[in-house]
Amino acid sequence: MTNSFKKILLGDQGLVVIFVLAFALVSVFVPNFLTERNMLGLLQSVVTVGIVACTMMFCLAARDFDLSVGSIVAFAGMVAVMASNATGSIMVGILAALLCGGAVGLINGVVIAKFRINALITTLATMQIVRGLALIASDGRAVGINDPNFYQLALSKLFGIPSPIWVLAILFVVFGFVLNRTVFGKNTLAIGGNPEASRLAGVNVDWTRIWIFTLQGMVCAIAGILLASRITSGQPNAAIGLELSVISACVLGGVSLAGGRAAIAGVIVGVMIMGIAENVMNLLNIPAFYQYIVRGVILLLAVLLDNLRSSALGRR
Amino acid sequence: MSFLEFSHISKAYPGVQALSDVSFSVAKGAIHGLMGENGAGKSTMIRVLSGDQHADTGDIVIDGQVQKYASTRDAFHAGVIVIHQELQLVPELTVAENLRLGRFPANAGVIQARQMFSEVGEKLKSAGIDIDPRRKVKTLSIGERQMVEIAKAIMLDARVIALDEPTSSLSSRESEILFALIERLRAEGKVILYISHRLDEVFRLCDSLTVLRDGKLAAHHPSLENVTREQVVAEMVGREISNVWGWRARTVGDVRLKAEAIAGDKLMQPASFEARAGEILGFFGLIGAGRSELMRLVYGADLRSGGTISVDGQAIRAVDPRQAIRAGIVLCSEDRKHDGIIQGRSLEENINISSRRHNTRFGILNPRKEAEIAETYIKKLKVRTPSRKQDILNLSGGNQQKVILGRWLSEQGVRVLIVDEPTRGIDVGAKSEIYEILYQLAEQGMAIIVVSSELPEVMGICDRILVMCGGRISAHIDRNDFSERAILAAALPDKKTPDAIAS
Ligand SMILES: Nc1ncnc2c1ncn2[C@@H]1O[C@H](COP(=O)(O)OP(=O)(O)OP(=O)(O)O)[C@@H](O)[C@H]1O
Ligand SMILES: [Mg+2]
Repeated sequence: MTNSFKKILLGDQGLVVIFVLAFALVSVFVPNFLTERNMLGLLQSVVTVGIVACTMMFCLAARDFDLSVGSIVAFAGMVAVMASNATGSIMVGILAALLCGGAVGLINGVVIAKFRINALITTLATMQIVRGLALIASDGRAVGINDPNFYQLALSKLFGIPSPIWVLAILFVVFGFVLNRTVFGKNTLAIGGNPEASRLAGVNVDWTRIWIFTLQGMVCAIAGILLASRITSGQPNAAIGLELSVISACVLGGVSLAGGRAAIAGVIVGVMIMGIAENVMNLLNIPAFYQYIVRGVILLLAVLLDNLRSSALGRR
Repeated sequence: MSFLEFSHISKAYPGVQALSDVSFSVAKGAIHGLMGENGAGKSTMIRVLSGDQHADTGDIVIDGQVQKYASTRDAFHAGVIVIHQELQLVPELTVAENLRLGRFPANAGVIQARQMFSEVGEKLKSAGIDIDPRRKVKTLSIGERQMVEIAKAIMLDARVIALDEPTSSLSSRESEILFALIERLRAEGKVILYISHRLDEVFRLCDSLTVLRDGKLAAHHPSLENVTREQVVAEMVGREISNVWGWRARTVGDVRLKAEAIAGDKLMQPASFEARAGEILGFFGLIGAGRSELMRLVYGADLRSGGTISVDGQAIRAVDPRQAIRAGIVLCSEDRKHDGIIQGRSLEENINISSRRHNTRFGILNPRKEAEIAETYIKKLKVRTPSRKQDILNLSGGNQQKVILGRWLSEQGVRVLIVDEPTRGIDVGAKSEIYEILYQLAEQGMAIIVVSSELPEVMGICDRILVMCGGRISAHIDRNDFSERAILAAALPDKKTPDAIAS
């Protein structure tokens, strides 16, 4: 490897460079990859992971962890479908889902920040509780959508692009702004860097952490509503294992699990890399079993790269 | 007859030439001082010596052998032990476990705890260190932790021992114990590299001295016989400093901070004091006397079990730092690694973390204003950094301290500024500039409280001193009555002769 090439790879934009290279390679060598249809399909497939990754980024940046996201997505989807079926109003369904998602997040946040219970344990517990609630509410079966207008949430298009992709794009922009340009974002990063020093510098640590989890719950609800609309029903078993894909995507995107380091560009690239890997494997008809291995390897490589980068910068 | 030789050492970090072509050598059985401004490259020098960082060019020669080590482990086997500026102990382990880490006395994998405790206990005692080997490191004060680090170097049979600002968090009594230890090591023929910003110590302890400036060798004195302090200061900062303290009389106004019957876990009895506008009030005491604890209670950093606080006659709640800051009380804490720096974030963010609330609108930052503030304090405090975007972890220790001071100096509406060991790790030149800033703030009507373990510092800059001892306030001395004897007598718990320490 020449020196300047090494510098680019290990620089701040290293991942973006790798992404662009990988994208170019794949476009050339994989048939049917760079078609409009495949591109839209690719983006559709990353909507859920991408939306949840927006707030997971905050969670990880503040040195926290959230395992309950998959369950909240399923639960909120159920709530949206059931509430709109019961009232006949899609709006009520959406609001109920947002409320329920936010409530679960709020509970996570309060338990973690105020009662100082480890985030891993807390969200492991709520992950199971919430999944249980979804199963109980539906008696373990999928609940069909009555009002066909509900499908339009996922099917409608603007300028030829499906609305879920627009939602994803808007959330990326909004949370990117929040992370870099607001007090809330900077406080999140500071808490991740050194929670005690942040508290002594006047940061409202508990409040910030509670908000992070509440937002996470609400954003999961958005993902859940769109997912339910796409699969035309509320599925209590939807989004199992989502937390792992989301955290992988964030880590791939350079979000440090030790807190204090995160960037929206990285997260977007992380989400896209995971999406492309899956998409390409599908196009090449690689059996699903191998896909697990590939995903794991990609994650390991990304973390290794991150490590190399840190030591190249002389951080210890 | 040099035993340890640095030969043409250069080392660059991104944007900073930390060392350029530095060569000097040290004789066997000598204590060699290493001085220089903050960011001059002293810590980098011993990081290279310890194998923690690799020099870009140059060699280290020990006893005629060129050392080519790849890691700290190799340096360790070559007999080099380095005690870093930021201490490196495991908080959850006991003192003895820390000292024997990696070399536990074990029988079939089972640690012989009793044997370990008694052995370590004896070694500590014979070295004059009065710390129970069964205590967990996290329960020790910074000073005590420092002693444990030093004990580590003594217990391993080192040939070269480098100490990076070992006394910066020790009180005079503990420093004395340390000096005795160092002198004993010298008598045993070890080579000791001693980094410090305190001229008194260096002149008292060292046989030879090297001064670094901007990463270059500024002066090398094989002997200190005909060298004066003024000369060394000039070599360090490039100009003369006649009077570091520069104290001047001020008019003192009304009571700004009134703290009454403040009680907390670590205070022996409730403490009351007041600080006036325009006044610089010193808190002196030995380590563990309860000064920092008292300040943390006033600031709301720890939970108070009783007491009232008022600012300008108005009672305030201040049960957490946020409220204290809003009421005009700020505290710059003593432990910058744990309580000060936000790791992984830039200087700019570290400076603005608190004061930014004055420059935001609906929670949205004003990047231009933040950049401006960061630049202002980088300039004002002469922070050595390639840019304001630099990760604070990449700054030298003294420069990190300056950034944390900048954080509080940039806060607006401060009425009571509490600084705990404000000049820890800061070079002579920058020190006098920081004192000057404190005087100016006092003249503008702020009440300033300086907690310090450095007797010359409190005597040099304060208008009044409260002495604490064993968790209570033991004396109250006005500037006219300042004397080392009186202050030390009040600070010592056993009321023995203070002369032993004052000398
Ligand atoms: N990991 C790093 N990355 C980038 N720059 C660094 C790093 N470590 C040190 N530096 C820079 O190298 C220079 C020398 O730092 P060093 O720590 O040796 O100073 P020092 O003389 O020990 O100062 P102090 O008295 O403040 O401890 C400083 O300008 C510092 O900012
Ligand atoms: Mg240093």
